[in-house]
Amino acid sequence: MKYIVCVKQVPNTSGKVAVKEDGTMDRSKMATIINPDDLNAVEAALALRDENPDAKVIVISMGPPPAKGMLHELLAMGADEAVLVSGREFGGSDTFATSQILAGAIAHIGLDKDDIVFCGRQAIDGDTAQVGPQIAEKLGLPQVSYAADIQQKDGTLMVKRMLEDGYMTIEVETPCLLTCIKELNKPRYMTVRGVLEFDQKPLTVFDFETLKDEPLIELDTIGLKGSPTNVYKSFSPPAKGEGVRVEATADGIRGMVEDLCEKHIV
Amino acid sequence: MTNYDCKNLEAFHGVMVFCEQRDGVVNPTSFELLSEGRKLADDLGEELCGLLLGGDVQGLAKQLGGYGADKVYVCESPLLEPYTTDAYTKVLCDAVQELKPSIVLIGATNIGRDLGPRCAARLHTGLTADVTHLDIDTAKYIDFLNETSTIDTSKGKWDMEDKGLKMTRPAFGGHLMATIICPRFRPQMSTVRPGVMQCAEFDEAKANACEVVPLTVALEETDIHTKVVEVVREMKETVDLLGAEVIVSVGFGISKDVEKGIALAQELADALGGVVGASRAVTDAGWLPSDRQVGQTGKTVRPRIYVALGISGAIQHKAGMQDSEYIIAVNTNSDAPIFEGADYAIVGDLFDVVPTMVAALKEKK
Repeated sequence: MKYIVCVKQVPNTSGKVAVKEDGTMDRSKMATIINPDDLNAVEAALALRDENPDAKVIVISMGPPPAKGMLHELLAMGADEAVLVSGREFGGSDTFATSQILAGAIAHIGLDKDDIVFCGRQAIDGDTAQVGPQIAEKLGLPQVSYAADIQQKDGTLMVKRMLEDGYMTIEVETPCLLTCIKELNKPRYMTVRGVLEFDQKPLTVFDFETLKDEPLIELDTIGLKGSPTNVYKSFSPPAKGEGVRVEATADGIRGMVEDLCEKHIV
Repeated sequence: MTNYDCKNLEAFHGVMVFCEQRDGVVNPTSFELLSEGRKLADDLGEELCGLLLGGDVQGLAKQLGGYGADKVYVCESPLLEPYTTDAYTKVLCDAVQELKPSIVLIGATNIGRDLGPRCAARLHTGLTADVTHLDIDTAKYIDFLNETSTIDTSKGKWDMEDKGLKMTRPAFGGHLMATIICPRFRPQMSTVRPGVMQCAEFDEAKANACEVVPLTVALEETDIHTKVVEVVREMKETVDLLGAEVIVSVGFGISKDVEKGIALAQELADALGGVVGASRAVTDAGWLPSDRQVGQTGKTVRPRIYVALGISGAIQHKAGMQDSEYIIAVNTNSDAPIFEGADYAIVGDLFDVVPTMVAALKEKK
């Protein structure tokens, strides 16, 4: 039994973002983190393994070699194995291409009847929420996105799927793919033992050679050139003109309110 | 479908809008998409159609014409109620393969973001997520860049004849904008952010003129691999952030006295005739329900007045409110990013500033 979790290393965009002169983001100047929703996906898999000790949690990520550091952290958190999908040919892939490569990598690992694929709902750098459902389609798996609760009952899962104004309870058989949201759980921390032992756990690299013959991967729709979507232009919105600094005094605030009234804003 | 080829660009025509409905109520995002789709179809000189799926939805079709649809294709089946990924994906993909629209728009709702990627993967084409602006005409796109970017459009070569869809979306929490194209495959697909596209005035005559076309669906129970056990609507006191003229949002700055902070925000909102919103820090902490959240993972709002109280202004938050007409920011930290782009910047403690503002507003009335 395998729980395969797709994870992504992302720049930490919660603070200031470093931008290069050409308007693209300067990733080298920004700290990287494990994508927050993906941590919920990892926790979901670890929690299910706690109930099913025979199961193995395999974390898989596509990215450049430094992403190994993130995979080490996830092994220290309790994952059993890690796979890094890495190759120049994969770089610049859009969500269609990425899902194709990850689906190929998951097929390479192999999926059995009791297996579950977990993804985070979306990554904070792209915010697309597309890769999970696209992997499910390529692998021919049923999907439940926006999972906020997962209960297991002999071969089937009961998943609480959030809607804007409520939720659905969905029954789904394994193998299936779930995309996880932050309401699902609280990710655990690495343990001391985990940190001491992570390097004894397998971390395998799947490069282009490993995956090029996987039937799910079409070689002409991967990477920057093959991706169906391309960036036509990218730009930063112009900085808004400097606003008015208002003194935090009674007079200052009264002045602002008067200004708002004069301009008929209020 | 034997004659379907996603690479044969010439075979695809017209704009299709997936019109989401649940329990017989059309999601208002569908009206926004039809209004926007109308403009795109006019630029192409082609047809705009709506696609409406559900158990008993025929009666909802005509009104979609009132927002610009020339035709509405209606697929009815008990298997299309309630929504399941498998059933909707099958019907939408079959409809696309039969009708071959060159553009497909889907609302970026929880359902749209479940359905869109699944369909794009099956149809073997690109999908752009959470789009906030769409163009066909290069000239209009250049105007858009001149208004909203620092790009010098007089430099560089432009293909003025290009009729490909230019899909613009915020990236990295709104710090960057990216325009995405899908040049090699059809249809060109995007999910569109709710609340962003301007909704057209409902036109009764157009609604009456709209052609409603039943579409037969080949859908079996065995096509659906999930079972919806129940659908629960949570009876929460809902606040209409999207429709609000004035929003007073609170951030982590209320942490020293949460209850009082929220009460002060409510007082100010009442004085201005608005509602209370929140940053992610506040909804994550459970101080306010998540339907109040403004920002990239919450709601995109563009009220006339947006007051940010104790919100530092992470780009995810700014992405959800930076198009507000007037922004008033109150924060104790003079370097808080929320001040960039604020029309009125008050460096001070919201617990002192807000009562003074409320008093000054009451004096004026």
